[in-house]
Amino acid sequence: MRKRSFFGLSGPRFNYELATAAVGDPVAIPIPETVTLYIKQELKRTSSILKVGTPVKTGQRLVLDEGSEICTISSVTGTICAIAPFLADYGRAWTAVSIKTEGKDTADTEFAGASEPPSLDTLNRYLAACPGEPNIGPLMDERNPVHTIVITGGNSDLLIDTSLYVLKNNADAVNSGIEILRKTTGIEEIVIVVPEESVQNYSGHLDARIQAVSSRYPYAQPLMVLHHLTGRLPDERGMAPMGVCLIRAEAVAAIGQAFSTGRLPVEKTITVIDKNGVKHLARARVGTPVGNLLKTFGVEINDRDKIIFGGPMTGSAIFSEDLPIGPDTDAILVQDKSVIPLYSDYPCINCGDCVRICPANVPVNMLVRFLEAGQYADGADLYDLYACIECGLCSYVCSSRIPIYQYIKLAKYELDRIISAEEMNEQ
Amino acid sequence: MNSKKMLIVSHAPFWHDGSGIPERSYHTIIAALPAAFVGIAYYGAPALGVISLAVASAILWELLLNYAGKRPITVGNGNAALIGLLTAMVLPASAPWWLVLIGTFLAIIIGIQIFGGIGANPFNPVALAIAILMVSYKSHLDFDTALVNFTLDFPSTTDPLAALKAFGPAAVEDLNPVDLFMGRQVGGLGSSCGLALALGGIYLMLRGIIRWEISIAFIAGVFISAMLFNMADPVRYAPPMFHLLTGYTLIGAFFLATESSSSPVNFIPMLVYGALGGVMAVLIRNIGVYVDGVIFAILLINLINPLVDKIRPKAIGKVA
Repeated sequence: MRKRSFFGLSGPRFNYELATAAVGDPVAIPIPETVTLYIKQELKRTSSILKVGTPVKTGQRLVLDEGSEICTISSVTGTICAIAPFLADYGRAWTAVSIKTEGKDTADTEFAGASEPPSLDTLNRYLAACPGEPNIGPLMDERNPVHTIVITGGNSDLLIDTSLYVLKNNADAVNSGIEILRKTTGIEEIVIVVPEESVQNYSGHLDARIQAVSSRYPYAQPLMVLHHLTGRLPDERGMAPMGVCLIRAEAVAAIGQAFSTGRLPVEKTITVIDKNGVKHLARARVGTPVGNLLKTFGVEINDRDKIIFGGPMTGSAIFSEDLPIGPDTDAILVQDKSVIPLYSDYPCINCGDCVRICPANVPVNMLVRFLEAGQYADGADLYDLYACIECGLCSYVCSSRIPIYQYIKLAKYELDRIISAEEMNEQ
Repeated sequence: MNSKKMLIVSHAPFWHDGSGIPERSYHTIIAALPAAFVGIAYYGAPALGVISLAVASAILWELLLNYAGKRPITVGNGNAALIGLLTAMVLPASAPWWLVLIGTFLAIIIGIQIFGGIGANPFNPVALAIAILMVSYKSHLDFDTALVNFTLDFPSTTDPLAALKAFGPAAVEDLNPVDLFMGRQVGGLGSSCGLALALGGIYLMLRGIIRWEISIAFIAGVFISAMLFNMADPVRYAPPMFHLLTGYTLIGAFFLATESSSSPVNFIPMLVYGALGGVMAVLIRNIGVYVDGVIFAILLINLINPLVDKIRPKAIGKVA
């Protein structure tokens, strides 16, 4: 953890990891005894298709009900041993499907039959849950047509190597993924965003417009990229009216790989950062429990340590080492209990550190006063809540240790709920 | 899926730069101490007594309010101690015990606690307390009367600003700026040594604890406006260096105007705020009735702080 320097005149500077030779090849994690996969749908009644004891094959599409669009892709061969409701972040109700693995992998053939010719429906049906979790929904939204697909190649947070590693080592798969996307959506404008230091590694090798962004944090955060490309940020209506769809490089690689091999990819590349800050790259089946990865790298977990999915600035802490890695888990960061910074309930003292570090010019000192009082709509109207690009730097420098970033996420979530409720009423 | 290990969860970010309110308070106290030591060296035990009583009573007032309001005990963050120290530094060394107690009562309770504690005060608590004392107990805050029983080895045994007000620049023209800068002048017990205050101020600016824009703009405001007055009529108005080195100018610039919750945070507002404070201080000194205008000037700029801080850069991604 980087501390404030003695001379506090200049703010902290963080840089994303670049794709260097120092990043070794990933360690293959053995297939675990059980994997857990999430179907992002509430378990309302007993599923007619998925039951305990149902055999599944590697790459098989699992849905709760016939005709359901929301699915997960089995990453192993075995039998289902549990189906349970799961409460994810922000109160989202999902279904957790646990599969007891067998010794050998048997590939499912359904996708191979459906993959030719590639179509948007096939993408949505089979690849929405593949590693990198491409967001196909906006591409199918006819009311808000997408005119630009933006592939984010840079790493999603500090310390993480995953995204650039995949981009560097799977250029062919990324290229065929871009081709598939172009063919199925008819969108010509595909932009790939990479750190400016490594532009020359990609230009000419990839069949998309290369856009360089600074490798300084937070210029590769999705919202910052969006602002860089369009000059705008999503307002309370979200990203749909902007006509831009963001997809991670790893997802594009997965799409390319799926259509060229006829098999759905089921392995995720993950950066594991242990308590000493040593990084390991791993490849594991989606759904592998975190504990398995940590055991492989000899990371010991004690009471009151912290395990984080994602990076130090924007990740999310998890409550158990039995939780599985998801298709969007780029990194696992482990913090020892001695280095965990605690938040406080002190009020803002108006020191202004947050205002000076904010890359989006948000008046954080005023905004946080409104958010602390629960006045989210006023915060959005008067003090630029929607200009926040969610980098977390304000909380990082806060002398009062206010969880500012949490307040901002909560405010956006609450406003989102109010707006959706209003829309429901109108209909 | 329940594991035996209890993990800590919290929201991102999972790093913190390690700054905190106690660190800020204690480093400000460290920066203010050299000037206080100079006061003790010149005025002896009475100065030490005033400082000790002020720091102790400020902490006790805050503790009392914490208990009375059934709120968490906040004296550990050093803010009360800092306010006590600064209050002592602007008082004369002869301040009687009851004046010190009233001063810290006004600073802690009227200045901060009734507004809701640290971070909620619209005015600098020290400036507010001293302003009330200055209008309520004139003779105790008049340095010529207050320090009459001290034998001081200074070039002038009267308050330079009072002499200026009464007799014009001719009365103070033989005062050497170096003497003034070294604190060899009659004044508040910790606010007369420009060297010690500037060292403390530069330390705080380098550490990023105070905002350099405010201090520099304040000093520039004092200097430029005093220079304009002096150029217009050198017989009636003293030169800018004199205004810079006497009275509360430097403690105001480095320690009072920069108090975080009553000052702006954006770049242009900080410059406006500081410069306006400096100009107001000189205006009050030169054409007002009070001997020193810094305290009132700081209260005035505290008033405009919420308004000027609305001048801010446009947030990104906004269309309108």
